[in-house]
Amino acid sequence: MVWRVSVDRELCLGSGICAALAPELFELTEERSRVRGDEAAPDETLLDAADSCPAQAISVTDGTRILGPRP
Amino acid sequence: MTTAHVEPATYPFNDASGLALSELYEHARRGEGLLRVRMEHGEPAWLVTRYADARLVLGDRRFSRAAAADHDEPRRTPGRREAGILGMDPPDHTRLRTLVSKAFTVHRVEKLRPDIRALAESLLDRMVAAGPPADLVEHFALPLPVGVICRLLGVPAEDQGRFRVWSDAALSTSPLSTEEIAASRDEFRAYMAGLIEAHRARPADDLMTALIEARDVDDRLSELELIDLCDGLLIAGHETTASQIPNFLWTLLDHPGQFDRLRAEPDLVPAAVEELLRFVPLGVGASFARYATEDIEVGGTPVRAGEPLLVAVGAANRDALRFAAPDSLDLGRAGNQHLGFGHGVHHCLGAPLARLELQEALRALVSRLPGIRAAGDVEWKTEMLVRGPRTMPVRW
Repeated sequence: MVWRVSVDRELCLGSGICAALAPELFELTEERSRVRGDEAAPDETLLDAADSCPAQAISVTDGTRILGPRP
Repeated sequence: MTTAHVEPATYPFNDASGLALSELYEHARRGEGLLRVRMEHGEPAWLVTRYADARLVLGDRRFSRAAAADHDEPRRTPGRREAGILGMDPPDHTRLRTLVSKAFTVHRVEKLRPDIRALAESLLDRMVAAGPPADLVEHFALPLPVGVICRLLGVPAEDQGRFRVWSDAALSTSPLSTEEIAASRDEFRAYMAGLIEAHRARPADDLMTALIEARDVDDRLSELELIDLCDGLLIAGHETTASQIPNFLWTLLDHPGQFDRLRAEPDLVPAAVEELLRFVPLGVGASFARYATEDIEVGGTPVRAGEPLLVAVGAANRDALRFAAPDSLDLGRAGNQHLGFGHGVHHCLGAPLARLELQEALRALVSRLPGIRAAGDVEWKTEMLVRGPRTMPVRW
């Protein structure tokens, strides 16, 4: 199973939290976050990054269900 | 290393009074590599003053806050203090932070705007009714964030006189011993433990009740972590915002052309807040050293594993390599990705709330009291990590 990860760069505030938590999955370009790849192996850190985002700009799904940010 | 035999520079550079950024920062930013500095207590450290270097150190997990506990951390006070969530690294830090991060998202906080606007206006109404001159700190800058965080967390605002003493001690730079710091912390913990018990008996619609549930139902944090998290939220939830409201007004009064522009264009308020967050060097100096966990080059200096770095965000926010005319206050500045709230995992948890409070405070002041001006000298806080007026007499 793979998870799908996306960052809404319009919402992103550039806090740098996600890129600090999971640099293999997120990077900052022009001071905004982007995913290094749309798909990732299931990893709790991804949900932590989505939960930690002050702009709620990160979404994680398994293709059908929203996994993060968690409610 | 050419710097190995150079005596470290005495740090911090800024005066506690006023909001000036020491010229020594400009020197450090232009110099090669990082500057070696020594604070009153603890080991020497590397001082980071450039924007790109600051983002690297704050935003990369090869720099640790938790490691400070194993070293003689650079600090102002002889005594050591626990830094709570600001002394942790992921994953412990993430476990605690995600318990409260939802309460402070942009989306959630925006719902508080009408209440915060009404509170700001009612405070000004009361101040105006009492007549000039008035102390802006006592009547507006302090009760606004105190009222907001107390309601959000579930702390009685009328206890302000009590918790201000502990809150001040937690951020004090006066020469307190470890024992004195611990005594104040223990009183603060006992106070919060009492409130937590009261909430357990009578749950309410507030953050403290939600955190109690995270402990009692889901076992996601210890009792002591619960207490310290609530104490930390109460301190962080008001001290910096209460300092920045008068700091912002003081800065605007010092830049009358920009203040005129804001009065003429109140829609500039959000951009003005960002620019003031960039422009005002809130801290007396950098604090909360980061420790390199491996050998790494920062700004041209090879930093060894186990060495501390102090990040001066006030200096990074004036880096000409990132900001055009960095020493000019320009309320219309675009692309203002300042570091006023920090960067990386410790990026200010309450940033969306602080932004909103500062926006509503400024909006209320500009729209209700456009003629506001000084009515005497500001008395500055002199023994705190953050700078700001202790009292600020104003008339209108």
